Amino acid sequence: MSNIGSYEERLQNFSWSLAEKELEYSAGDIINIGWYCSDRICLKGHGAKVALYHEDFCGNEKKYTFNDIRLAGNTIGTFLRNLGVKEEDRVCLFMDRIPELYLSFLGVLKIGAVVQPLFSAFGDESLHVRLENAGTRAIITQRKHVSKVRKILDRLPSLEYIIIVDHNKAKPLEKNEVAFSLEESEPVEAMEICPTKAESHSLLHYTSGTTGQPKGVKHVHYSIISQYLTSKWVLDLRDDDIYWCTADPGWVTGTSYGIIGPWSLGVTQCVLDSGFSAQAWYKFIEKYRVSMWYSAPTAIRSLMKAGDDIIKNYDLSCLRHLASVGEPLNSEAVIWSQKVFGKPFLDTFWQTETGSIMITNFPGMKVKPGSMGKAFPGIEAVVLDMKTFVPLKEPGKMGLIAIRPGWPAMMRMYWNNEVKYKEKFVNGWYLTGDRASIDNEGYFWFVGRDDDVINTGGHLVSPFEVESALLEHPAVGESAVVAKPDEVNMEVVKAFVTLKPGFNPDKDLELEIMNFIRKKLSPLAMPQEIEYMEKLPKTRSGKIMRRVLHAKEWGEEIGDISTLEND
Amino acid sequence: MEEMKDLVLNYVIKEYLEDGDEEITYDTPLISSGYVDSFSMVSLLVFLENKFKIKIPADKATPEAFDSVNSIVALVKQYLK
Repeated sequence: MSNIGSYEERLQNFSWSLAEKELEYSAGDIINIGWYCSDRICLKGHGAKVALYHEDFCGNEKKYTFNDIRLAGNTIGTFLRNLGVKEEDRVCLFMDRIPELYLSFLGVLKIGAVVQPLFSAFGDESLHVRLENAGTRAIITQRKHVSKVRKILDRLPSLEYIIIVDHNKAKPLEKNEVAFSLEESEPVEAMEICPTKAESHSLLHYTSGTTGQPKGVKHVHYSIISQYLTSKWVLDLRDDDIYWCTADPGWVTGTSYGIIGPWSLGVTQCVLDSGFSAQAWYKFIEKYRVSMWYSAPTAIRSLMKAGDDIIKNYDLSCLRHLASVGEPLNSEAVIWSQKVFGKPFLDTFWQTETGSIMITNFPGMKVKPGSMGKAFPGIEAVVLDMKTFVPLKEPGKMGLIAIRPGWPAMMRMYWNNEVKYKEKFVNGWYLTGDRASIDNEGYFWFVGRDDDVINTGGHLVSPFEVESALLEHPAVGESAVVAKPDEVNMEVVKAFVTLKPGFNPDKDLELEIMNFIRKKLSPLAMPQEIEYMEKLPKTRSGKIMRRVLHAKEWGEEIGDISTLEND
Repeated sequence: MEEMKDLVLNYVIKEYLEDGDEEITYDTPLISSGYVDSFSMVSLLVFLENKFKIKIPADKATPEAFDSVNSIVALVKQYLK
C-alpha cells in the first residue's frame, strides 16, 4: 500500500493542516527548514540514522548521520554568524554536489539567512546577473570556481564574503576571501536557531524567462509543508528507503526534493557527484540499494540509448518506486522503464515558482504513459482558454495550465520585479506558462510552452540571455536563438547569427562562439549549433521574428508573415 | 600519436578546466569527473572535427568515448584518413 492510499479519498476534505500536524507545527509557531531537516529528526531519536551517503567521481565515499548533519549545520551557521552574516542576507551556494553544499544549506537557514543556490557550471556573466540582482552578501564556493567570482567581484559591491571550502594554503587568499574547512572546524554542539516564521524568506532560486534577466523566485520556510507532504505521497518516501534524487541543488528539484523533502521525513538519501554514464548510475543504484529514484527525462532517455543489455550486469531489484521531473516524460520512456525495471517512471509536473509538485502520477493510480497525471490534493489546477482566461470544461481542449494560488510552497514574489510577478496572475489564477489539455478522466496532457523559453534537459534557458551574450562576441552582428528538437534533451539551443564585416562564417568561428557562450553563461546555454545568416527575418519595425526560425527548425507552418520585412 | 594526445590534452586544459591547479593526464576521466558535461561535449566534438578534418558520427560521440584523452584519441584515429 502506498503512502497516499486512495487518491480519491485524499481529495475529500483535504487540508494542508494534515502536514502541519505531522510536523507538529501550529500557525504562529517558529518554523525553520534547517532545524526541521536535522535537529527535529535527532530529537525524534534518529540521530544515528544515515542522512547522506556521498560518493564522488573517484569513488571516494562519505557518510553522514542525522546528528552529523545537525552538527555540520550548526558549525557552518555559527561560522557565518561570527563572520557577520545576518538574517535575510542572501548567501549563494556555488558548489558542485559536494557534501558542503548540502550541509551549508542547513547552516544558512539555521541562522535565518537566505539560501541562493546557483548551478556551479554557470559562467561568470550568468553568475554576475544573479548575484547583482539578489544583492548577495556572501558566497560559499570551491577553489575550482573561485576564479569566476574574482572576475566579477569589482562589479558586486554587496558581495563582502567569498568563503572557500577547500582552500589550498599554498596559494594566498585574495580580496574578500575567507577559508573555511568543515573537517578542520570544531563541531558546534549547540547554537541558537533563528526563530524564523512561516513567511520568513528561505530560498531565492533563479529561473529564466523569454525576455529580461533571470528572475529570483522567493520562497519561505512554510514551503516545507508542501515539500514534506508531496515527498510522502508522490515520491512515496518511507523510513527504510534509500532515496536518490539525481538533480543538482543549483535547481529547485535539488533543494525541494534533493534536501528538504527527504530530510524533513528523516529518510536516508544518497548523492553521486559525477557526470552521467549509464554504467556508473546502475552501479550506484546497486551499491547503495536505492529504492526510490527521482530523475529526469533527459537522463532516462540517455539510459534508454545506452541499451537494455547493460542493465543485466546489475542487480537493480532494490528499486521500488521511480519518478521523473523537469520536462514532459514521453510515453516511450514510461513503457521502457516498465519493461526493464518492472515499474514505470511516474511523471511529476511543477516549477521553480510552485516550489512543490502540482500535477503528477501517483503511486497506485492507473498510469497513462505520456500523461502528466492529476492535480495533487489541495491543488486546484485547470486549463484556461488562451484568450478569455476562463477554465475550459471540454475534455481534450488545449489551454494554459493555471493553478489557484494558496499552497504553502507557492513563490511569494520575484525579487525586485513586481511587474513580472503580477504578470503571472490573471483572474485569480497563477499562469504556469505551459499548455496542456485534460482528458475525460481528469488526466493532464502536456502540449508545450506558451513562450519562447527553451527547456533543454529539464533546464530553462532564456533566448534573450543567449542572444545578448552573443552580441558581445566581436564577430556577431545580430543574433536570434530558438529551441531545436533533440532526441535526448527534448530541446537544445540553436543560434542564428549574422557576422560583422571582416569575419568568415567558418567552423573555427562557430567553435569560438560556442566556447564564448559556454564560459560566459553556461554549458546549457551554449548553442549546440550555429547557423550563419546573411540577414535575420524581421518585422518592418525591425523586431527579429524568432517564430519564423523556430518553425523552420521544427518543420512547422510559419504562419502569418505579413509583417515580415521585405528585401 | 603523442603529439595528438598532447594537442587534445592541452585543449581540454585550456577550455574546460577552471582552476589552473588541477592536473589531468591522458587517463583522467573527463565526463564522469564533470570536467566536461554532456552539453560541452558538443564543442569538444566540433574541435576534434575541425582540427583533424574528420566527421565523427553522432552515435559514436558517446560519454564513454569522450571520457579520457586516450579514449578520444582512439576514436579520432578511427576516422583519420
